[in-house]
Amino acid sequence: MRYLILLKGAQSPTPPPAELMEAIMQLGEEATKAGALLDTAGLAPSAAGSRVRLTGGQLSVTDGPFTEAKEMISYALYQVRSKEEAVEWTNRFLKLHRDLWPGWEGEADVLRVFGPEDYQPPA
Amino acid sequence: MIGSVVMTATDPSRATHRAVEAVWRIESGRIIARLARMVGDVGRAEELAQDALVIALEQWPRSGVPDEPGPWLMATAKHRAIDLVRRRQRYERKLEEIGRDLSAVEEPDLAATLDDYVGDDLLRLIFTACHPVLSTGARVPLTLRLLGGLTTHEIARAYLVPEPTIAQRIVRAKRTLTQKRVPFELPPPGELADRLGSVLEVVYLIFNEGYSATAGDDWTRPALCEEALRLGRILAGLTPDEPEVHGLVALMEIQASRIRARTGPDGAPVLLADQDRRLWDRLLIRRGLAALDRAEALGGGPYTVQAAIAACHARATSVEDTDWTRIAALYQVLAYLSPSPVVELNRAVAVGMAWGPADGLAVLDAAAATGALDAYPLLPAVRGDLLAKLGRPGEACAEFERAAAMTRNARERDIFLRRAADCR
Repeated sequence: MRYLILLKGAQSPTPPPAELMEAIMQLGEEATKAGALLDTAGLAPSAAGSRVRLTGGQLSVTDGPFTEAKEMISYALYQVRSKEEAVEWTNRFLKLHRDLWPGWEGEADVLRVFGPEDYQPPA
Repeated sequence: MIGSVVMTATDPSRATHRAVEAVWRIESGRIIARLARMVGDVGRAEELAQDALVIALEQWPRSGVPDEPGPWLMATAKHRAIDLVRRRQRYERKLEEIGRDLSAVEEPDLAATLDDYVGDDLLRLIFTACHPVLSTGARVPLTLRLLGGLTTHEIARAYLVPEPTIAQRIVRAKRTLTQKRVPFELPPPGELADRLGSVLEVVYLIFNEGYSATAGDDWTRPALCEEALRLGRILAGLTPDEPEVHGLVALMEIQASRIRARTGPDGAPVLLADQDRRLWDRLLIRRGLAALDRAEALGGGPYTVQAAIAACHARATSVEDTDWTRIAALYQVLAYLSPSPVVELNRAVAVGMAWGPADGLAVLDAAAATGALDAYPLLPAVRGDLLAKLGRPGEACAEFERAAAMTRNARERDIFLRRAADCR
């Protein structure tokens, strides 16, 4: 089963420390070699994006930045055997932030992606 | 050290239990591999690693999940191994004191505890679990157990056999490794190709059991496919220069991309020609094509050729749009690299698509004449398809009925019977 992990956090005026980025690369390599990480990338601030909305039958497009307190920072797509495994990889990811970027706060949503198992008929 | 991860869940002890299992799943292969190098015996290493798991299951619900659960499990397991090695050493000294011959007792590799790189150990473990002294029936569950971290119960469920059967196979396999004194080592260079072949065979067997279940009511068991893919990707990380490892990974990624499209809403199989290609998993196709590029750049081999064939389908937007001429040519290459009646059967299908059913039937009948496909339900099924296309419905119907009588898969039987009915 697959899980999409979305990292959200406060906008930071400074870029993340180089040591953190290096540690994230290492964790990514480890998770890839473990056959678990399928895809991951960082996301540019929402100032570079847009939001397309449908309300009352009306489409509207608004340029970023979005007004939310937290920005989407990155995504990762994992293939694992349980939700807990996805949570464990996410724990490792956030611990790197805790240890290498003091003061940073954020959260990661661990969301299951529908897969073939969801389309199997009941046994 | 900052405190442990706080678990908030409806049932905290159950949640912790599952968290322990998750860490175990991620780490068990590496832990067993490391311990096996320390104690020189895979079976013993697995028991010691299990001890560490039991300790975690006892302690973590009370103390909380440690901040670094993976290293915690590894350290705890290593301590158990060091205890064992020391006990053995004391025992050997006692033997020495009473003047017994020690030549048969091997020196334990305590230095292994100092070295933190486990990649080679993991590779040793894979080669050991797939060692040729073991039967294929033993290699598969042992690999799932040691490398996949699956429980005996899970393996038994995946293979639809009673749990004691799997348990017994694993116990026997471990005993065989000990009795035959299989060293916990990488194969010598001269044997590497053969031994790697044995590993790839096991991984592909696991994949195929999931992709096209040989028994039972389910057409596919995606969990087994995912497990095989995971093993393949691990292997690709450990042996990045082996073309066939990437070839097999490419083959599995591309085949797995079709899993959702292969089963209809009622659970019935949907064959390639009838699949809704919008349901194909583009991410897996992309990964598969990238792995195929690596495999071909490194020189390829039979798995790589099979992946190249699968890639022809993956790139095509429809059956008509498929490059059947290239597929037929690739089957010719495959027939040269690893000749088999099944390859000829597939070549017959491709030739039938590329140049017409009469040419396909000629290839098929030549393959059938060897007799090697007599028990293979796809032989009459393909023959039926070619005959139907040649406008010989009576003969086609009889072939589909034969195919239905031969298959052990209930879902496959339904397809064949439907095709037979269509011919009437």
